[in-house]
Amino acid sequence: MTFLATLRLAAQALLRNRVRSILTMLGIIIGVAAVIVTVGIGVGARNSVQAQINSLGSNMLIVMPGSLNQGGVRTGNGGASTLTPADGMAIAQLPGVAAVSPEVNSRTQVVANGNNWQTTVTGVAPTFQFIRSWPVASGSFFTQSDVDSASKVAVLGQTVVQNLFPTTSPVGQTVLIGNVPYTVVGVLSSKGQSGVGQDQDDTVLIPYTASLERMTGQTNVGMLLVSATDSSQTDAVQTQITGLLEQRHRIVAGRPDDFQIRNLQDIAATASQTGNILAVLLAGIASVSLLVGGIGIMNIMLVSVTERTREIGLRMAVGARNSVILRQFLIEATVLATAGGAIGALLGGLATIGVSMTAGWATSIPPASVALAIGFSALVGIFFGYAPARRASQLNPIEALRFE
Amino acid sequence: MTPVVKVNNLVKDYPMVDHTVRALDGVDLSIESGEFVAVMGPSGSGKSTFMHIVGLLDRPTGGNYQFEGREVSALSTDDLADTRSQRLGFVFQAYNLLSRTTAVENVELPMVYAGVDPQLRRAAALEALGLVGLAHVANHQPNQLSGGQQQRVAIARSLVNNPGLILADEPTGALDTKSSEDVMALFRRLNEERGITILLVTHEPDVAAHAKRIVTFRDGKILSDRRAESQEAALR
Repeated sequence: MTFLATLRLAAQALLRNRVRSILTMLGIIIGVAAVIVTVGIGVGARNSVQAQINSLGSNMLIVMPGSLNQGGVRTGNGGASTLTPADGMAIAQLPGVAAVSPEVNSRTQVVANGNNWQTTVTGVAPTFQFIRSWPVASGSFFTQSDVDSASKVAVLGQTVVQNLFPTTSPVGQTVLIGNVPYTVVGVLSSKGQSGVGQDQDDTVLIPYTASLERMTGQTNVGMLLVSATDSSQTDAVQTQITGLLEQRHRIVAGRPDDFQIRNLQDIAATASQTGNILAVLLAGIASVSLLVGGIGIMNIMLVSVTERTREIGLRMAVGARNSVILRQFLIEATVLATAGGAIGALLGGLATIGVSMTAGWATSIPPASVALAIGFSALVGIFFGYAPARRASQLNPIEALRFE
Repeated sequence: MTPVVKVNNLVKDYPMVDHTVRALDGVDLSIESGEFVAVMGPSGSGKSTFMHIVGLLDRPTGGNYQFEGREVSALSTDDLADTRSQRLGFVFQAYNLLSRTTAVENVELPMVYAGVDPQLRRAAALEALGLVGLAHVANHQPNQLSGGQQQRVAIARSLVNNPGLILADEPTGALDTKSSEDVMALFRRLNEERGITILLVTHEPDVAAHAKRIVTFRDGKILSDRRAESQEAALR
């Protein structure tokens, strides 16, 4: 007897008892659906965390001023005013460093077009757009020669554009920043919220030299953004920058540094570790629910074998080999489990879409996890179907035929 | 010609806790092709045990059994199953049709296990149903049929593989007089018109009277074995 013929027999037997078949599958259906929903939400959450980290900039390190000890009084981090554009240029020469941009922040009122708006005016270098992976939407970014000559040019963020130029294109227009007229050369593309909910588009970028000259009147920068050539290089680059800056700032060995370096790879690693814990947790839920579903299948199959004793006796009498009976019941259990897994995956997928639409969460179901869930369901069916199938195949046909 | 069934000194013991029950105690019998044999006897006479052994559902403790010339004790369990599927037909007192399965699908069942092609299967099953006069209920399920109709479906199922022998275990035991008569008339017609060999187990003399030969069992032995030509003639 062929496998296909046995499969057809099993399918017929299951269809003859539709309600029971569906009830038997319910455990697996709910288990797999729950797994798919949690995987969908979990993977979606991990992806959006990853995307947020990437939106900060790829392979980025941030060099910040550290604490300063003035006559025993220590300022907090950022209190030191020792980080300079020259430090940035020195760092740019290090191997493994792709680009460096100073960042000088100040909050001020920006006026244009009869509107005014308080925003963060940030002095940066043209490399900023590469480091932060933040291209312009229209116009162009200012150039190194703008930086060299401290030109009065500005690139506006989307939020600033909406508030100052709600109807017209800002490129080529003039904005007053601290009463100094700047020409708008470009508009940044939208970046959205940062990981901590800050509107990254509420900004105006100008050459850092212009910022130092006209806004802060100082020579030190707020921070240095450094991009490593490769994510595997960030730790090495961090060590080199530490060495370089200790040397440049003449930090005596054993004394605390007047700067600190934040490595975004650390944050990314933490995030992916969180993701891994989540994955282990999901696998735990999955195995428990599939185990429960499998026990349900075994239970119902044992009942089914007892209830169908006469039928089994008859099948044997008309010529079914023991192995065919074994195979038929094994296939019945496997079909139940696999179909349950498939239905569960479908319902789980629909529920995930529902969650994503009502709660507005980003979700994503990897196809591999669907295949894994269904495949595992099939294994559960084979495993838990074996004992009932074996019992059926070992029945004595004469006693089975007499069974009441 | 080789007899369909040939048993010599057939013995069947059932071991109990402290003793052994001898259900068959040295039975010799031979059934030729085309015979219609009724096996009679009271409960415990060994007639059911005999039928189970002849039907290859059970193995004897001692003696020889040749089915269509083949020594059965040499066959494996799978060979026995295959022989049942290809050479034997069964009719039971309780019909034993699959519920929620149409008549024609029930008749197909032995061919499913014999590995017959699905299209040939359907055609042969419909033909067998026609032979028992039930072609019009082919797509009805057992619970929509009367007892007599169900038993005739079971008979169609038993003959669909063109078996060398049909075994019927109290086939009229659950039927009323009229249906019993119909079923027995059908058996007789199949035997006479198509030459099908039938072994029927019953304890009712008027059912056994339809057969051409009546073998009576008592205490595991054959008490009498007589041709019933005269009785049969009287019935006609």
